[in-house]
Amino acid sequence: MLKIVRDLFRYNREFALGTILILVVFGFAVASFFSPYPPLDSYVVPPDVPPSWAYPFGTNSRGQDVFWQLTLAIRNSLLFGLSVALMSRILSLLIGLVAGYAGGVVDRVLMTINDTFVVIPLFPILVLFFFMMHDQMSWPLLAIAMASLGWPYDARLIRSVALSLRTREFTAMSVFSGMSARQILVEEHLPYVLPIVFSTTLNNMNWSIGLEVTLSVIGFTNIETPTIGTMIYWANQHTAMVAGVWWWIVFPVALVIMAFLGLYLLSVSMNEYIDPRSRLMRMDSKV
Amino acid sequence: MRTYALYFVSRLAQFVLVVFIGINVAYLITHLTPIDPVEQAISSVTMFGQSSPEMVEVMRKALRELYGLEGSAPQQYVTFWKRLATGDFGPSLSAFPTPVSTLIWQALPWTVGLLVCSTLIAWMVGNFLGGLAGYYRRNILLKALGIVAMSLQPIPYYIVAFILLIVFGFLWPVLPISGGAEMNIDRQGFAFAASIIQHSILPALSLVLVGMGAWFIGMRSLVSNIVTEDYVTYAELGGVDRRRILFSYVMRNALSPQVTGLALSLGAIFNGAIITEVVFGYPGLGTLLVRAVNAGDYSLVLGITSVSIIAVAAAILVIDIIYPLLDPRVVQG
Repeated sequence: MLKIVRDLFRYNREFALGTILILVVFGFAVASFFSPYPPLDSYVVPPDVPPSWAYPFGTNSRGQDVFWQLTLAIRNSLLFGLSVALMSRILSLLIGLVAGYAGGVVDRVLMTINDTFVVIPLFPILVLFFFMMHDQMSWPLLAIAMASLGWPYDARLIRSVALSLRTREFTAMSVFSGMSARQILVEEHLPYVLPIVFSTTLNNMNWSIGLEVTLSVIGFTNIETPTIGTMIYWANQHTAMVAGVWWWIVFPVALVIMAFLGLYLLSVSMNEYIDPRSRLMRMDSKV
Repeated sequence: MRTYALYFVSRLAQFVLVVFIGINVAYLITHLTPIDPVEQAISSVTMFGQSSPEMVEVMRKALRELYGLEGSAPQQYVTFWKRLATGDFGPSLSAFPTPVSTLIWQALPWTVGLLVCSTLIAWMVGNFLGGLAGYYRRNILLKALGIVAMSLQPIPYYIVAFILLIVFGFLWPVLPISGGAEMNIDRQGFAFAASIIQHSILPALSLVLVGMGAWFIGMRSLVSNIVTEDYVTYAELGGVDRRRILFSYVMRNALSPQVTGLALSLGAIFNGAIITEVVFGYPGLGTLLVRAVNAGDYSLVLGITSVSIIAVAAAILVIDIIYPLLDPRVVQG
């Protein structure tokens, strides 16, 4: 395992860059535990100070240190993405594996429902959800809503892998030796789809963090929880760009772009590792 | 012809299913959440000054009727679909007494125009360049383009639009950053059209930038898989013109999954379009939706959500119907 990671790091530029970006972002998130200020308090430092040695990312118009505010915001954003991704994995694994293993009518019915959920525009639906909940809207609620809508794309990917496992000899072998369908799925098929589950987790995190940023920036989430999105929301509320407090906007945007790129590059390089054909192609294009 | 009819019916069924499930999700959200839109509207009205209890009761009854919340649960469900089928979402509360449908009809052309243009541009340019990049793999320029596409692709629409807004609004203000057209201008003729185009450059650009990256990367990997096929090698050995190989032999074959991809990602593209509208204050559905939420306009929010679902499903149906023209094999299924 370690050797694989080392080789990937050495020969796969996307993996190396992605790892570095994610480590930096992760470092920020961990730093939040050492914040000298209570995260939600305002006017703990002088407002609107440009970046300096004392305040590396400056301070905002609410009298908060942008650097420490950002560490907490990125931690919350990452945690949000991770919890949505983990919760939606349950649904996508269940539907993908069952559809792939059962085949036939079950597969067709599940995939028809699946494709329906893929194309339904989620943004208006989440806005409607916020509209109904308003003050009761919270971070876990949004995570659950997004997880229950964000599974279909990955379920289709998992199903395509599971479909190929169905006709493999070891599956027939397990059936003959009297394993139940549940056992076959969990003990035999699950390990094969795990790599793709991992790479879809990264993609799903990207998706959910992006959607959370979007909803927060318009103010359609609980704006009291600091995330990257609510940080930009408050900056916009204080018209930071017009007031010349550019550091309040530039640093969160830059950090969240690093997170998006890092997650994406990691998932791309994972996919490449899973599919040896594209690895051969890379070697070919280097010659 | 019979196979096409069969194909058409199955696509139509998918359309109906998308609308049915989508609208039901919207219905569930409005009816399963503990918050009552009527009480919310009343509390926002009674917040300013005193109202007599009798008046509140009259208002409550009127609103319940208006929102279709009268009667038992099955009755409410039937009323809901009836309203949807007739396109009657009631009057808008924030722009009383203008019907919700009028507001949506005013906003819809803007969203459709922006969405269709930017999606077509992104899809065609992205696929064209991606095809080139997959075929001429050692070209430095195309490799650089690949890196740009890869770094743009994972960024959400909002962030890209926001960065464009900052760049062209504050750092280099050359383009209009808000609205759909100039305000005090004759609503017909060349100047108006030019103004519309000028105002749509930035929203369209942010949609194209994000969209193009995905098509570019997809097409590049499809093409670089196809060029290793025997028939391509054979054509190359046979001395067929390289350009003809690329466009007629390789790209035509790779196009078909990209059309399926377009149909599948249309929902996400639609999300991106309405978010971009919000950033640039473009007078389409997105801006209307945000305004409706902030004004607490229940019928308008529900109306926009329903219309969005139907619009996306209809667009996919259109793609599905013209798809066999590109690739006759899909009809045989």
